[in-house]
Amino acid sequence: MTAEEITTVLDTALSFSEVSARAIKKVPALRGKTIVNLFYEPSTRTRASFELAEKRLSADIINISTSTSSLKKGETLLDTVRNLCAYKVDVIVIRHSVAGSPLYLARNIESSVVNAGDGTHEHPTQALLDIFTLRKKLGGLKDKKIVIVGDILHSRVARSNIWGLTKLGAKVTIVGPPTFIPRLVENMNVDVSHDLFEALKDADAVNMLRIQREREKKPLFPSLREYAKIYGLNSEKMKNIPENIIVMHPGPINRGVEISSQVADGPNNVILEQVTNGLAVRMAVLFLVTGGTTLHPETLSS
Amino acid sequence: MKIIIKNGNIIDPLQNLDIKGWILVDNGKISDFGEGNPKNDFNADEVIDAENLVVSPGFIDLHVHLREPGGEGQETIETGSRAAVAGGFTSIVCMPNTTPPVDHASTVKFINLEANRVNLANVFPTGTISRKREGKELADIGELVQAGVVAITDDGSPVEDACLMRTALEYSKMFPIPIMEHCEELQLKNEGVMNEGFFSTKLGLRGIPSACEDVMIARNVILAKYTGGRLHISHLSTKNGTQIIRDAKNQGVNVTCEVTPHHLTLTDEALSDFDTNFKMNPPLRTESDRQALAEGLVDGTIDAIATDHAPHTITSKNVEFDYAPDGVIGLETALPAVFTKLVKEDKIISLSQLIELLSTKPAKIINQKNKGSLKKGADADITLFDIKSQYSIDSEKFFSKSRNCPFNGNKVYGKVVQTIVAGKTKFETGKIGN
Repeated sequence: MTAEEITTVLDTALSFSEVSARAIKKVPALRGKTIVNLFYEPSTRTRASFELAEKRLSADIINISTSTSSLKKGETLLDTVRNLCAYKVDVIVIRHSVAGSPLYLARNIESSVVNAGDGTHEHPTQALLDIFTLRKKLGGLKDKKIVIVGDILHSRVARSNIWGLTKLGAKVTIVGPPTFIPRLVENMNVDVSHDLFEALKDADAVNMLRIQREREKKPLFPSLREYAKIYGLNSEKMKNIPENIIVMHPGPINRGVEISSQVADGPNNVILEQVTNGLAVRMAVLFLVTGGTTLHPETLSS
Repeated sequence: MKIIIKNGNIIDPLQNLDIKGWILVDNGKISDFGEGNPKNDFNADEVIDAENLVVSPGFIDLHVHLREPGGEGQETIETGSRAAVAGGFTSIVCMPNTTPPVDHASTVKFINLEANRVNLANVFPTGTISRKREGKELADIGELVQAGVVAITDDGSPVEDACLMRTALEYSKMFPIPIMEHCEELQLKNEGVMNEGFFSTKLGLRGIPSACEDVMIARNVILAKYTGGRLHISHLSTKNGTQIIRDAKNQGVNVTCEVTPHHLTLTDEALSDFDTNFKMNPPLRTESDRQALAEGLVDGTIDAIATDHAPHTITSKNVEFDYAPDGVIGLETALPAVFTKLVKEDKIISLSQLIELLSTKPAKIINQKNKGSLKKGADADITLFDIKSQYSIDSEKFFSKSRNCPFNGNKVYGKVVQTIVAGKTKFETGKIGN
């Protein structure tokens, strides 16, 4: 996505965020459109967010969630999706454990494909909602310092955030033990640090990634205890970093590991705001991929 | 049966020959050759006009997966042999990772019988190092050698047990065969699916560090030095690996190695679209690795270009990236891929060096004294090709049963026009013949 496209999504999301504040939280923007939510990986929040976004836009939806790939049942992903597309589906929202699967699908089918997270590759709507939240809080992103902490190697949230933030002019620093830093990541225009305090001392916001031990084929750090000690954000550490720093987390939170309960629930956190904003961002994305361009008053009228 | 080939640009690196001239083939052997026009036509049964064509000793591919027995949906001895002669390969060395694996003389006999029935390219089987290719105990190597294998290898998998490797290198010293080794340290590979580097970072695909190959090459070179055994490194892909082999050769270690056309011409950037036709093992590496491999060709560190022809069905490749099997086909694209990039465009190696890598040196590695040259008395295995006209690679026209080609659609130079095996034309202008 270009900076301009990102801005279009964010601006559109701003209009949609108002819908959820109404008594009747529904608009006819996607009436008559069909959307399939195809989740090959367990998901609670992203799936709920997409489903609610679709419902508030009045789309007809089908939810398919399976942790076993269709391949194991003998059917290929493409055959599964082509079967669904035979119903003249407009959008496939897909989450998949294998990087590149949404692109692979998009190349082989007519319907639009929305990436709801693919392996350790990208999670574009999460990054868009993070950026939406930051833009709202900071006014803009130009020259703001955003720090992303945790397992960058296995984080699709980090990758999408890095692309989006740097395109909008933010300065991104990633922090974690060396085993969490993917090779040549500095070529993605980010600074790398292994020192949390050093990175945070002049930061505007920090995004604390969830530790995903399930993605490590072999352990990359000794223990959660040691990780929490060195990289976890707790109220003690908060004393030594900018007072008004914005604390983000893509969820689900491992309380006491990457972030303590006091910080997660504390005054700097925008974690639940991220969730709320996610709904508006996903409404905007679905509206735009189904051909929506301008928001006519009737699109937004209940 | 006599054939005379006239007006060809005859190149034979073994004899340091590069002439415009003629070759007389009699009874399957090279009978005579010379510069200019022959004094007469020697009452030849067939006269081939090779005007504007390069006449080269037939190509020899040290690394081919024919898939039969067991994987006939991907390739067979027959379809693989057709692809071979269409690509100018008069001899192919087939890997033993079939089902069942070639760990017993009877399987070697089957391959030889089927190859004789097909009667296109010379098919040289290899046997496994370990029984059932399990890496636990030695296969009956002596029996395999008696049945005709030209090398032993557990290709597809490394020999993880260093002691077994040591024993294999030592034991096989009494036979005139090399041990071909697929160098990969599986703990370091850690379920990776592409080269570890900037592009694996960007694409979020699990990386395979180049060190995974390097440490195994180093281990095997050390064991070859210690035992005096004969080692051949299959499908070399890394810069450090090339340097390790260069150093080993300088120390007099009995080691040779091969590199594939795809590792010489493509890099991991090609995976940016998650196209599984660029997924293979070892994976495409970085531009710096690719350049180091090219330098290895120039200074003689690398002995051979071998395709690692690995056919897979469209069905098995047309899936999510992680689920696709490793491997690309190469028999029908080796010449144009390497000629276009390394000889014509980058001018890294000469045409004569390319022929040396595709024929002269591979013959030596598998100990075939009558192949890899156009000298008098040699087997009349001859490849005629055109380097002047440009064409597009079209995998739909391949003779291979599979289509997993990373060069499809490329505009290239280097088209095989005629392939002669033991004095008989097996491929001519797009047609397989016998």
